[in-house]
Amino acid sequence: MRYLPLSPTDRTEMLEKIGVTEINDLFSDVPTTALLKDHVDLPGHMPEMAVDREFRAMAEKNMPAGSVAFFCGAGAYRHYVPSTVDHLIQRGEFLTAYTPYQPEISQGTLQALYEFQTQVAQITGMEVSNASMYDGSTACGEAVLMARRASRKKKAILSGSLHPQYIEVTRCATKFTEDITLINPPSVYLVDDLIDQIDEETSCVVVQNPDFFGNIQDYTKLAEALHAQKALLVVVVTEVVSLGAVRSPGAMGADIVVAEGQSIGNGLTFGGPYVGLLATRQKLVRTMPGRVCGETVDADGKRGFVLTLSTREQHIRREKATSNICTNAGLCTLAFTIHMTLLGEKGFRHLARLNHAKAVQLADKISGIDGVEVLNKNFFNEFTVALPMDAAEAIERLADMKILGGVPLSRLYPNDPDMKNRLLVAVTETVTEEDMDRLVCALKELVK
Amino acid sequence: MMNKQGRPTDINTAANLSPGGVTTHTGNRGLEQDELLIYEIGDTQRTGVDLEDLPVFESRLGGITRDNEIGLAGLSEPEVMRHYTRLSRKNYAIDMGLYPLGSCTMKHNPRINEKVARLPGLADIHPLQPISTVQGALDLMDRLAHWLKTLTGMPAVAMSPKAGAHGELCGLMAIRSALDKRGENRTIVLAPESAHGTNPATAALCGYKVKSIPANKAGRVDLPALKAALGPDVAAIMLTNPNTCGLFERDIIEIADAVHAAGGYFYCDGANFNAIVGKVRPGDLGVDAMHINLHKTFSTPHGGGGPGAGPVVLSEALAPFAPVPYVIHGKDGFEMVEHVTGGAESFGRMTAFHGQMGMNIRALAFMMSHGSDGLARVAEDSVLNANYVMASLQDIMTLSFEGPCMHECLFDDRFLEGTGVTTLDFAKAMIDEGYHPMTMYFPLVVNGAMLIEPTESESKQSVDQFIGALRHLVTQAKLGNSALFTGAPYLAPLKRLDETLAARNPVLRWRKTD
Repeated sequence: MRYLPLSPTDRTEMLEKIGVTEINDLFSDVPTTALLKDHVDLPGHMPEMAVDREFRAMAEKNMPAGSVAFFCGAGAYRHYVPSTVDHLIQRGEFLTAYTPYQPEISQGTLQALYEFQTQVAQITGMEVSNASMYDGSTACGEAVLMARRASRKKKAILSGSLHPQYIEVTRCATKFTEDITLINPPSVYLVDDLIDQIDEETSCVVVQNPDFFGNIQDYTKLAEALHAQKALLVVVVTEVVSLGAVRSPGAMGADIVVAEGQSIGNGLTFGGPYVGLLATRQKLVRTMPGRVCGETVDADGKRGFVLTLSTREQHIRREKATSNICTNAGLCTLAFTIHMTLLGEKGFRHLARLNHAKAVQLADKISGIDGVEVLNKNFFNEFTVALPMDAAEAIERLADMKILGGVPLSRLYPNDPDMKNRLLVAVTETVTEEDMDRLVCALKELVK
Repeated sequence: MMNKQGRPTDINTAANLSPGGVTTHTGNRGLEQDELLIYEIGDTQRTGVDLEDLPVFESRLGGITRDNEIGLAGLSEPEVMRHYTRLSRKNYAIDMGLYPLGSCTMKHNPRINEKVARLPGLADIHPLQPISTVQGALDLMDRLAHWLKTLTGMPAVAMSPKAGAHGELCGLMAIRSALDKRGENRTIVLAPESAHGTNPATAALCGYKVKSIPANKAGRVDLPALKAALGPDVAAIMLTNPNTCGLFERDIIEIADAVHAAGGYFYCDGANFNAIVGKVRPGDLGVDAMHINLHKTFSTPHGGGGPGAGPVVLSEALAPFAPVPYVIHGKDGFEMVEHVTGGAESFGRMTAFHGQMGMNIRALAFMMSHGSDGLARVAEDSVLNANYVMASLQDIMTLSFEGPCMHECLFDDRFLEGTGVTTLDFAKAMIDEGYHPMTMYFPLVVNGAMLIEPTESESKQSVDQFIGALRHLVTQAKLGNSALFTGAPYLAPLKRLDETLAARNPVLRWRKTD
C-alpha cells in the first residue's frame, strides 16, 4: 500500500518493543464482539491509475460549465481564476499545514490571513473582518446570532429578497435558540417596507445587495432607522465582485457584512468548499464568531501575527463561546487573497465594470426578444427574466443545446406559482458575445 | 530596517545576528527571508491581471455606485509568486515533517486526490445546474455515502455539514428533533471533562445545558457517575471514542445501553475515527449519530485551517430528521431532494447548496486508494506508531494513563517538575528540533497535557528520530539546561510571539499611516 511506510519487519520490531505479540493486542480495550474479524464489505485497495480512471468516468457524466455557454449564478459564480492562484495554494507548506496554533512556524498562513482580513474590511467598507466562515450562508446565520449578542435583543427581520437558501440556513441555525425570533415576510424587501417592520425589540434587519433577484438598493435610510432603535443592519453580498462597482455596505451604514467570497479565487465545485466573509465594526469584535488574526511582536520586537481574541471561542469558552466554529475556510481564503492581490484596486474595479458591462449587453439583447422581459430596473451582473413558458423546462431544453442558461427560480421557490416562468441569468467576464448570441437565438426558438 | 515596520531596532541586535555572528544589510539570513505586507510592497496602480477592454455600455447600477478608492494593493504576477512563495516558507507542514498534533490527524495528503478534484467535470460544475447534467457528481456523493455507511455500520448519512463542529450541530439537531417529536422536553447534554470544546459549544447552540462527567483513574468516563447523571432530563451524551486521552472507552456498549435505557441518544464525536476505521464499526457500539472529519481520517488537506467536511452518520431512529439536500435513486438516475416538503421530518437546511463537494472527491479518492484492506491497515499502523512512541518515552516522560493507547498517546508535565520548564517551553523547544509541537494543554483532565499523534504516514525511521529528539530534550530539561526551553524557539522565523499584547490591543488589519 503506497501510503503506508511501515514494513512487515518494522511492525514486528515495534510490536516487540511495545511488548505485545500481535496488532490486535493493542485493540484489547475494544469489546470482542465489536472488533471486526474480516475487512468490511468494500472493494480492496486500488492502483493510483485505476483511481484516476474511476474519477474521470464520473466526471464525464457531468456537463462542465467551461464546455458550454454558461449563465448560472444565484449565489455561485463562474469567474476566471488566474493560474498563479491554484499553483500557489498547492504549495505543500500552505496545503498541508494545520490551523496556525504555533505562530512561530505558521507566519505564512498568518500573514496571508492578516492581508485577507484587510482586503475584506476594505471591499466591504468595514473596520475589521474575521479569518473566514464556512460559506456565505452559514455566515448569515452566525450574523443573526451575533446581532442577538451585540444588541441584546431578540427579533431578527429577514428581507424577502434574501437568497432563499440563506433564509433556510438562518432559520435552521436559530431553530433551537429559543431567544431568537425570525420575521420573514416574503413580500417585504423594499427599504420603506422594511423600516415599517422595525420596533424596539428588533435586533437586526438582514438584507442582500444586489438582492437575490439582482436588484441593487441603497440601504442608508434603513441603517439610520435601525440605529435609532439601537439595532443592527446586516448586509449579505453573494457576489463579492459587485463590491468593485456598487456602493459598499459600510458606506450605507452596515454593522455586519457577510458575503460569499467564492467569486474571487475559488471555482464552482458543485457548491463547496467556498469561503464565508464576515466583517464588522471594531467595537463589535468581541461578539464576533470565528478565528481572527492579529498583529503583535516577538521577543526581539519584530512584527509577527497570531490568532487572537480566542477567549470568544469554543476551545476556551466552551458552552459560553460565541460560536461552535473551529475549522474555517483556510485554503479558500488563501485563494481569495492571492486572486485579490493579483487584481489589486485597478483589476478589481475593472473586473466589476466588465461584469456589469456584459450583463447590460445581454439584458439588452434579451429584452429584444418578443414575449420575454427583463424585470430589473437596475442590476450588477445578474437579473431576472420573465419567460412566456416554464423556466425549468426551458433550461432543460437549453441544456440539450449545450447552453446552461441560468437558474429557474422554481428550483428555489418550488411552491410559488409566480416564480414558475422566471429565470435568473448571470453574466461574468467569462461569457463571450458568441455565448450571448447563442442564448438569445435559442430563447427565440423556444418562445416562438 | 524595512522589515521592522514601525518598530525600528538596532541592526546590531541579536535579531540580526546569524549563528555565525554575521550581520546582514537586509535583515535576511540566507534562505530565511523577511517579507513585507502586500500593502507595503504594492500599490493601487499595480495589477497582476490583464482583462479585456470594456465595451461601450450605459451603467444600470441605479446610481448606487462606489466612488471612493477602496485602497486595495495590487502586485504584478512575478511579485505575487514571490510574495506567497516566501510566505509559504515560514510555515511548518506535513510535507516537511512529522506533525504530531494530537486529535488533529495530520497525515499524508495524496496528490492524486488534488488531481481528480480539479477535473473540469467535477470542479467546474454549478450547484444549481439541471440535475440531468450532474449525474456523475450525484453518483460520487452516493458512492461516498455508501463507503461511510459501510465503514461505520450505520444506515444513513447526512452529507452537507461543512466541518466537524457543523456535523456535531447536525447530529444534535437530529436528536433534538426526534425528542421534540416524542413530545419530550429534555434539557441536558452530558459531556465528559475531556471533550473537545466544540461539544459543549454545539450543545449550547441547540438550547441544551451541558453537564460535565468526570473521568476515572483510567482516563475513561466514570461509569457510576454517568449512570447517576442519567435521567428523564438528559437528551444525549456526547462522547469521543477513542477519547481525547487516546484511549478506547472500554465500557462503551454499557454506556450506550444506559443512555438508551434512560431515553437519551448517544452522539459520538468521530474526530478520532482514524484509530478504528476498518476495525470497528460505531454502529456496533450503539452510536445514534457520529460526524466524520473527512479532513482527518480521510486526509483532505487541512489547508492552514480548512476547509473541512463533517458528514454525519445516523441511526434508523434519527435518519428521518436528516437535513436537506440528499441524493436518492430515482427511476431515471440520481435525484436530489432539496426542499422539506409537506409531512417530511427533516430539520431543515444547514448550508446553501450541497456541502463540501471538493472535500468529498478527495475523501473518496483516499478511500478507494486504500480499499477496505488498506483502511484497516491505516487504523493498525496509526495505533502501532502511537504505542511505539509511548513505549519508547514512558521511562523518561510521565504517561498520564496506562496503555495500550489508540492512535495517540497522552503525557503530562509531571516529568518537568522542578526543571523550571513548562509544557509550553518544551513544545517551543521542539520547534528548534524541526518539529511541530504536539497538542498542548488539551485534554483538560491532566495538567500540562502533551498529546502525541504520529499517524500511520510515518516510517519507523521518522518515528525513531522523533523519539530521539524528545529523549534529548527531556534529558536536557532534567539536567537543568532550562535556557534551551524558556527562550525557545531560537531557530524559527520569529522568536516567541506576544499573544497577550495581541489580545489586549487587537490590531486586526493593516492601515495606512501618514
